[in-house]
Parts: sequence; C-alpha cells; structure tokens
Amino acid sequence: MTAQRVTGDGEAGRGQENGTPLLEVRDLVVHHGQLRALDAISLRVLPGEVYAIIGANGAGKSTLLRTIAGLHQPTSGSILFDGKDVSGLRPDRRAAQGIGMVPEGRRLFGSLTVEENLKVGATYARQGPWNIEQVYDMFGWMRERRGQLTAQLSGGEQQAVALGRALVANPRVLMLDELSLGLAPVVVQRIYGMLPQILQTGLTILLVEQDVSQALRVASHIQCLLEGRTTLEGRPADVTADQVEAAYFGLAGDGPAGRPGEGSEQ
Amino acid sequence: MAWVNAIIQGVLTGGLYALFACGLSLMFGVMKVVNLAHGDLAVIAGYLAIFVITVLHVPVLWSVVIVLPVMAAGGYLLQRTLIQSALDRGVLTTLIVTFGLSVVIENGLLEFFTANSRGIGAGMTLVTGSFKIGSQIYIAYLLLLIFAVAVVVLLGLQYFLSRSKYGRLIRAVADDREAAQLAGADYRHVFGIASGIALGTVALGGIAYGMYSNLDPTTGTDTILLFAFAAVVIGGLGSLWGTLLGGVVLGVAQQVGAQINISDELLAGYIVFLAVLVLRPQGLISRRAGS
Repeated sequence: MTAQRVTGDGEAGRGQENGTPLLEVRDLVVHHGQLRALDAISLRVLPGEVYAIIGANGAGKSTLLRTIAGLHQPTSGSILFDGKDVSGLRPDRRAAQGIGMVPEGRRLFGSLTVEENLKVGATYARQGPWNIEQVYDMFGWMRERRGQLTAQLSGGEQQAVALGRALVANPRVLMLDELSLGLAPVVVQRIYGMLPQILQTGLTILLVEQDVSQALRVASHIQCLLEGRTTLEGRPADVTADQVEAAYFGLAGDGPAGRPGEGSEQ
Repeated sequence: MAWVNAIIQGVLTGGLYALFACGLSLMFGVMKVVNLAHGDLAVIAGYLAIFVITVLHVPVLWSVVIVLPVMAAGGYLLQRTLIQSALDRGVLTTLIVTFGLSVVIENGLLEFFTANSRGIGAGMTLVTGSFKIGSQIYIAYLLLLIFAVAVVVLLGLQYFLSRSKYGRLIRAVADDREAAQLAGADYRHVFGIASGIALGTVALGGIAYGMYSNLDPTTGTDTILLFAFAAVVIGGLGSLWGTLLGGVVLGVAQQVGAQINISDELLAGYIVFLAVLVLRPQGLISRRAGS
C-alpha cells in the first residue's frame, strides 16, 4: 500500500514541517517474534506539536510508542531525540533525556497511594515547570484523595494520575497511549480538555488514539497506521474523512476514495 | 506451667525465624526470586563473623557492624551479576542458579572450614545467661535480644519501604517494572538495593543463629532455609509482618511439639506448615511487602 502525505497547499504547507524535529523515527522495523509489527515507519515530531498516530487495533500504534520509549528493541531503524540517536539507550535513560510516556492501560503502581505514584514519577524529574503541586492544581480532587490507593479511583481518575505521574518528570515529549481506552466519552473529553494547558508549558505531544475523531480534533499532524505500515499522514485540516476511513481500514486500492486528487503521494 | 513456658520459648524463637525469613520474603516480593542459597548466605555471614572476631579480636557483637555491610554489598553485587542474568532468562532459571549457588557455597565451606560445627560467642553471659520468671520459666537473654532485633529490623524495613525514596521505588518496581522504567528508574539498581537489604537481614540471621546454636556448612539448607520457607509460607508470601507471625507460629508449634515428645519438635513445626499450605495457601497475612 502506498503511503500518502497530504498537504493542503503544496510545498508552502510543509514549510513548518521542515523545522528541526524534536523526535524523529527513521525506517523503524519491529518484530514480535515472527510477526512484523512495524514495517519501515518514519515520523518527525516538531517541537510544540500534537502529533497523533491513529489506526485500528493491532496496527502497531502501541508498539511504536513502546519502541520509542525503549521497552521494545527494534530490528532495524533509528530513533533520534533532539538530534541524538537514542536507539541504544535503556528506557530509564531515555526518560532522563525527556521522553515521557503514559502507557496503555494506565499502569499505575497498585500498592502505592496517589501521592506516592506522583512521587515515583518525580524521583528522576528533569528541571521544568511541572511538580506535584501543579498536578494537584490541575486536578483539584487529587489533593484531597492523595492518600488513597489508586485502585479506589475511577478509570478517569486513574488516567489523570497516570498523566500527572508522567508530567511531574518534566518530559520534553510526552507520549500518550490510548488515553480514551475504557473511559466514558465525557471523561475522555475532560482529559483531552487538559491538553492545551499542558501544551502551554512547552511540551510536545505524541499520542496514539483509536478514536479518530478525537485525534483529529486535537492533533496538528496525524499519521495513520495499518498493519505496521503508514497509510496516510498530514494535517487534520488537509485530509478528508474518506481518506482517513480508507487509510484506517485499508481500502486504498479499492476506489477513488483512497486516492484523492489533492494528495501528493510519496 | 510447662506449657506456658513452651509457648513463651516458641514466641521468642519466632524472632530468630523472622530474621531468617524476612530477606527471603523481600526478595520474592520484589523480584519474584526464590533464593535457594538464602540459608547458605546466612551461614557465610556467620563464618565471616567468626573470622572477623578471631582475626581482628573485636567483641562479638561488633562483628555485626563489619559483617552486615559486607553482606549487604555482596547482596547488591550478587543481584546485579548472577541473579540478574538468571532473571533475564526467566524466573525459573533463578531457581536453578540459586540452587547451584547453594551447592557451591556448601561445598566451598566444607572444603575450607571442614564439617566441624562452630558457635559464635560461646561462654558469653549474653549467650548462656537467662533470667527467671516465677519458678519454671527461664528467659534467655540471647533469645530476647534476637526477638527485639527482629522487631526492630521489621519496623526499620517497614519504615524504609513506606517512607524513603528507595523504599517507594522498590514497591513501584515490584508493582510494575515497565512503568517504573518509564518514570526513569533503573530497575536493576533497585533490585540490587532490595537484595542488599535482604542480605543485610540474612547476615543478622546467620550471626544470631551462630550464637543461639552452632553453624556447620549444611546448616544453611537443612535448618535456616527450611525454617525461613516455613515462616514465609505460614505468615503469607510477600508480607513483612507475616514473617514474624509465621516465625512465631512455627516456633510455638515446635516448642509445643517438643513438650509432647522431645523428638516431635521439628515434626510439629512442619505439620503446622503443611496445614497452612493446605488450608490457607495465601498465608495467615496475605498482603504485599510494605503495604
């Protein structure tokens, strides 16, 4: 399948994309055993942007984020952070460089209290605007319930703690893996509503989302994966719903929907 | 009165067993490593104390000040090298590797120190002395001291795990290793610290046993490891205070058994151990370390 890079007004629209990326992935190939989970994935995340990876279940989105975080070893390809190759670093060293992540399923420390979860996040924190007090200010309820175990929180509250735990480390790029998973739409709205406030502090966000409309709403750039390959990328304003649908479900070869005239192919 | 005495002696011996067990429980709780060389490492600590006392001519109790940090540092190194490389190959491999380590230690001790049994501080008032309550109950100074040390160790461990930065990291890594890595924690280092602490308690257990009884190269597996296992299982895997409760239950069972018939001492302990395994496999207290 041919990957499409869609831009609205030719080369002019890509001016911004020629800046120095904060995070760059080049030709990343990752295997899960025999299965090729990611096949030559490349991406460039510019500072201050919200870069969304969309795709169906099993498209390789989480694998991509986990590989960038260092939890999976790539078969080939490289990961550059701030111009330096971090492919050989352990996950904790990458975190120290400023690669933060809210993992899929929240993965809070179950035997620790809310505050202890945040303290673990802050243990190896870089210098920056975020600290535990700031997180408490953002999520007012958290201060009163800081002594509770996270199992006593609702899914949305747990997600907020997971977000706070990642923020207090003051990452430069924050990777969000399926924030909306298992949450009520109203809760998802509330959490995504926090993103502008987070972006204001100078963070860059790389997120993975199954909920396409949510991703299109918040992202400045989207990239669609299908079975480990890129099927579409561009700015949300420049892609049509048909293109996204085709890229999401892999219908690109089936008709004109996947090959719009305005898109430039690579 | 004889029964009351048996129970009191059992409770006090439980402190010794808790010292054997808490390190085993900590290593299992944090790393899921069942350290089969646990008892042999305690024996090494005991022999090290004998060596330090003989060569440096320090008072018996001062040997602890030297042996404990040495064992703790050894525990860190052991984890970072042998046990970590076994862990990387799967949890089952750690069983084989620590079993191998146990065999190597036992035979090494046999080779260098012969099969003779040795005691620590023989003849000291602390080791042989006791005081009397009523007409039939004798409380040994040593057992009382060991029990107090066990309580202090457990209190210290609990405080460390719940309040300190590394204690928090140890619990976090035990909960979710990957999430801890994403927070910037090097879990191998954290494992090393947990092992260092575990072997610190092992050092106390080994020296205490050397004073309470005698050490020989096989004491590690045929006594210390078995009692530690029994105490951990009775108390509840991964529970810190469970090791004291388990130790006390084991101790009381042994003493009551001995009261019935002196040859039933060990049997009675193992019957309780087995009964708990069958009736309440999660142990009397089933909680995670530190919580």
